[in-house]
Amino acid sequence: MADPNEGTRAAGKTATGHLDRRVAVKTLLDMQGDVLIVAGLAGAKGDVTAAVGDDPRVFGFGGAMGAAASMGLGLALAQPNKRVIVVTGDGELLMNVGTLATIAVANPANLGIICVDNEHYGETGFQRSHTGLGTDLAVMAQGGGIGAVRTVRETAELHDAGEMLRNSNGAAFVLLKVAVNEPPKMRTVWDASWHKTRFREALLGHP
Amino acid sequence: MSTEWPEEAYRLLREGGVDQFAYVPDAGHQHLIDRSIADPEVHSIALTTEEEGVGMLAGAHLGGSRGVLLMQSSGVGNCINLLSLIRAGRFPFLTLISMRGDFGEGNPWQMPMGQSTQPVLEACDVICLRIDEPGEVARTIGAALTMAFQNEMPVAVLLGQKLLGAKKF
Repeated sequence: MADPNEGTRAAGKTATGHLDRRVAVKTLLDMQGDVLIVAGLAGAKGDVTAAVGDDPRVFGFGGAMGAAASMGLGLALAQPNKRVIVVTGDGELLMNVGTLATIAVANPANLGIICVDNEHYGETGFQRSHTGLGTDLAVMAQGGGIGAVRTVRETAELHDAGEMLRNSNGAAFVLLKVAVNEPPKMRTVWDASWHKTRFREALLGHP
Repeated sequence: MSTEWPEEAYRLLREGGVDQFAYVPDAGHQHLIDRSIADPEVHSIALTTEEEGVGMLAGAHLGGSRGVLLMQSSGVGNCINLLSLIRAGRFPFLTLISMRGDFGEGNPWQMPMGQSTQPVLEACDVICLRIDEPGEVARTIGAALTMAFQNEMPVAVLLGQKLLGAKKF
């Protein structure tokens, strides 16, 4: 069979998942309504930008790898009446996997995490990550104490996972097992201070 | 250790609008941590590593809240890369640091990070305000609150071992 990734940096790479990451993330986010989004660096930020556009209520990372989930926690605690969704990748989550325990213990009712797991470090050249070699981040989320956890492998399972994210009364975690590929880059402004100010103006009405 | 100045510090933080307390358990911050756990008006969040507090406080600011990170000097080393979020985003950031590897330290393992705490923070553009006497606590924490949340700068208050007392072995 021809390699669908031929001619990209992901050429020759395989993962156990087969979901289309762009479609899966958009399907979940479209079900959430009016939410605040923290997008982890690299691929996850591209998925969010492709799904919701250049939206002021998205704070996206360009570095500080590992901080997306903890930023989502601080935001969720500050805004208990809004739902906060963190979208991050397997590589980023592995870097600070203890945050799953911190979030589980704090257990904010309005915080959901979507981990887009392609089992590779796409940004640095598609080296295999631990999740392609036996590490299961959903089990780690469960072991950390998060009550609402789903692994999604099939498109038909997305709806239930989206409902769980929207309705859970404690922290929720969805692991998306996606195909490994290199979707087109989504260009966004790099200036984090500008994004911060725009986010606060949209949410709070002041910078 | 006295509970008088820590109580005053807690009052000042609360009056300064801080309602997210992030910490890794620590003897030097025990009173502040216990007060935050007992206070129903605040979020008291135990971290697995200090760097989670950096992300959390930036998230708090995005949502219109104020937070403080309570950590030991050794935790500063864990925060370095994530401080790039604070600097790149020009987020306000307030941390209270209980010093080890400082005045009267008896454990050689504490010396390397203790002695590099302030240079490391300053290399990451964090303003350091040091306290060695109980009488300096109120004024310094007041200054730190103004610089962090009005001026929107990253500020660390270093609680020296002259103030805290060195751990006995």
